[in-house]
Amino acid sequence: MTPEWVHPGLLLIAGACLVPLLKGRARRLAILLLPAAAFLICAAMKPGTYGVVSFLGQELVFGRVDKLSLVFAYVFSLLAFVGMVYSLHTGDAAEHATALTYAGGALGVVFAGDFLSLFLFWELTAVAAALLVWLRREPRAVAAGFRYLLVHLFGGLCLLGGIVMHCSQTGSIAFADMSPHAGGAGFVLILAAFLLNAAVPPLGAWLPDAYPEATATGAVFLTAFTTKSAVYALIRGYAGTEMLVWLGAAMAVYGVVYAVLENDARRLLAYHIISQVGYMVCGVGIGTDLALNGAASHAFAHILYKALLFMGAGAVLHVTGLRKLNEMGGLYRTMPLTLSLYMIGAFAISAVPLFSGFVSKAMVVSAAAESHLTAIFLLLTLASAGTFLHTGLKLPYYMFFGPDRALRAQEPPRNMLAAMGLAAAACVFIGVFPGLLYRHLPFAADYAPYTVRHVTSTLTLLGFTALGFFLLLKHLDPDPTLSLDTDWIYRRGPSSSLALAHAWLVRLEDLVARISDFLLRRPVLGTAALLSKLDARVIDASAVGVAQLTKTLSQEARTKVSGHAQHYALLMAAGILAAIAMAVLIK
Amino acid sequence: MVKPKRWLYAGLAALALGEIAIPRLLAPEKAHFWFEDLPAWGAIYGLVSCVAIIVISKLLGKLWLTRREDYYDS
Repeated sequence: MTPEWVHPGLLLIAGACLVPLLKGRARRLAILLLPAAAFLICAAMKPGTYGVVSFLGQELVFGRVDKLSLVFAYVFSLLAFVGMVYSLHTGDAAEHATALTYAGGALGVVFAGDFLSLFLFWELTAVAAALLVWLRREPRAVAAGFRYLLVHLFGGLCLLGGIVMHCSQTGSIAFADMSPHAGGAGFVLILAAFLLNAAVPPLGAWLPDAYPEATATGAVFLTAFTTKSAVYALIRGYAGTEMLVWLGAAMAVYGVVYAVLENDARRLLAYHIISQVGYMVCGVGIGTDLALNGAASHAFAHILYKALLFMGAGAVLHVTGLRKLNEMGGLYRTMPLTLSLYMIGAFAISAVPLFSGFVSKAMVVSAAAESHLTAIFLLLTLASAGTFLHTGLKLPYYMFFGPDRALRAQEPPRNMLAAMGLAAAACVFIGVFPGLLYRHLPFAADYAPYTVRHVTSTLTLLGFTALGFFLLLKHLDPDPTLSLDTDWIYRRGPSSSLALAHAWLVRLEDLVARISDFLLRRPVLGTAALLSKLDARVIDASAVGVAQLTKTLSQEARTKVSGHAQHYALLMAAGILAAIAMAVLIK
Repeated sequence: MVKPKRWLYAGLAALALGEIAIPRLLAPEKAHFWFEDLPAWGAIYGLVSCVAIIVISKLLGKLWLTRREDYYDS
């Protein structure tokens, strides 16, 4: 590692090891200074290649710094700082250390110039994220964390397998554009691993399964790093892969559909992560400079407003202990600041003009239009309406307004409000001054978001979505249900398939029993019956006959025996005479 | 609750009129698709999208996707 370059991710990871050793104010200072220092290092970084290490004859590049890695690094370190402010009050050193490691791993991913160091940091984020879920320390969270870990270890194995195949084919471990190797097994496996981390259905059910189970503070970190480092990896390696256009658009709508059915506030927001990442995946698939810039800028804006939304829902969870919409209501009187800050995030994700989502999402949608993808344009616009419907209308309506349940609540701790304020300021700032974000985008593509048509059509789209919401409001009341997703396969699949297998086994056993009955038991029993009949009728009968005969003969003999000695002497004499006669005659 | 509703409707009508009128006054950038030039395109598509999302999702949920909350616990 070159001395003039400090890896901001390794700084966070090293710092994370020290955090548990510190106490009180020193620890609070450290967890704020570490991400701030990481951000400053990123801000001061010049494009170039740093941190090259030789390892087993291969070159590991820990510091590929260009505009694409930098724009992600800025927002990752920024979010790490905001998240730390938000969790300042908890005093949970384990959570702080894990979150710093997680952020460090994500920074490692975006600066990795080769597949081996990418894989190293990739796995680190998976383990750190599972730990963050576990740190809620409740049985549900522990189970969800295990599921998260298993799914991501599967993804990691796909990545490792893909890397091994790719490297054995090309002889290089450099992580660059994969399109020359399209169609190969390595290409497909690595893509599958990236798509799994980007939560693309059907590989994305881990996200709404795990994120809502984390603590109010831990979930804020979770929303940012895993999916967006996957978006980074997709931009870097898979720009212009056509399949992603359709997967992304389907994903944007999929998240919206599940959000209608969802009752858990943070799970609803989690489905909207999937929906928003859909725009980015779609942008990667379109692959033009404008679309890729759109994917990168939408990731940047999304990390900030989604964290803000999770912080708002987390504040309600922190204060009331409630997570389900059908139990909330009327909180606007006791938590007006939280509501206002949440609504800034809601306007940003809904792409209301002057908020960050408007200037980033529009690039992807416009890129779809410029590439004449009519269906994609319509799907993405429909998903925009759905986004406003849920995060901008349904969630705040049931959480803060709606039926007043007279909940005892107050504003959350000041550090939570401060973190939300920071994120909200960023959302407005980017929305009002988009040029500041656009300047850092990786590709050369001019874009003007504030055009007459774009502003008017967006405003009416959102306004009439609101009309639809109020017209159908009584059908939207959240029900205490959960919705099946592909996590069913590993949550209920085994037990269901066992039940199924059991039923089939019973049938098979029955069949085997019938066959053995027909082939074995009946012939054997039949033969045995025949033999026993034979035994009874012939053998026994003959034995009985002989016995009867003997008995009759002996009866006969008994009657012939008189018991007088002269009779016997006479008989003997007769016998001797007969013998002599025979001897004489034979001679 | 009558008044806020009236304000909502009035605001929406103004938005829709604005969407029809402003592009005709200011000559905006060329549209990519023909349907973007339909009068009040955003308003129509917004309402249609919203209703479609709610109806289709609720149907999917009723027919297939939703389960009791303790489905995975049992």
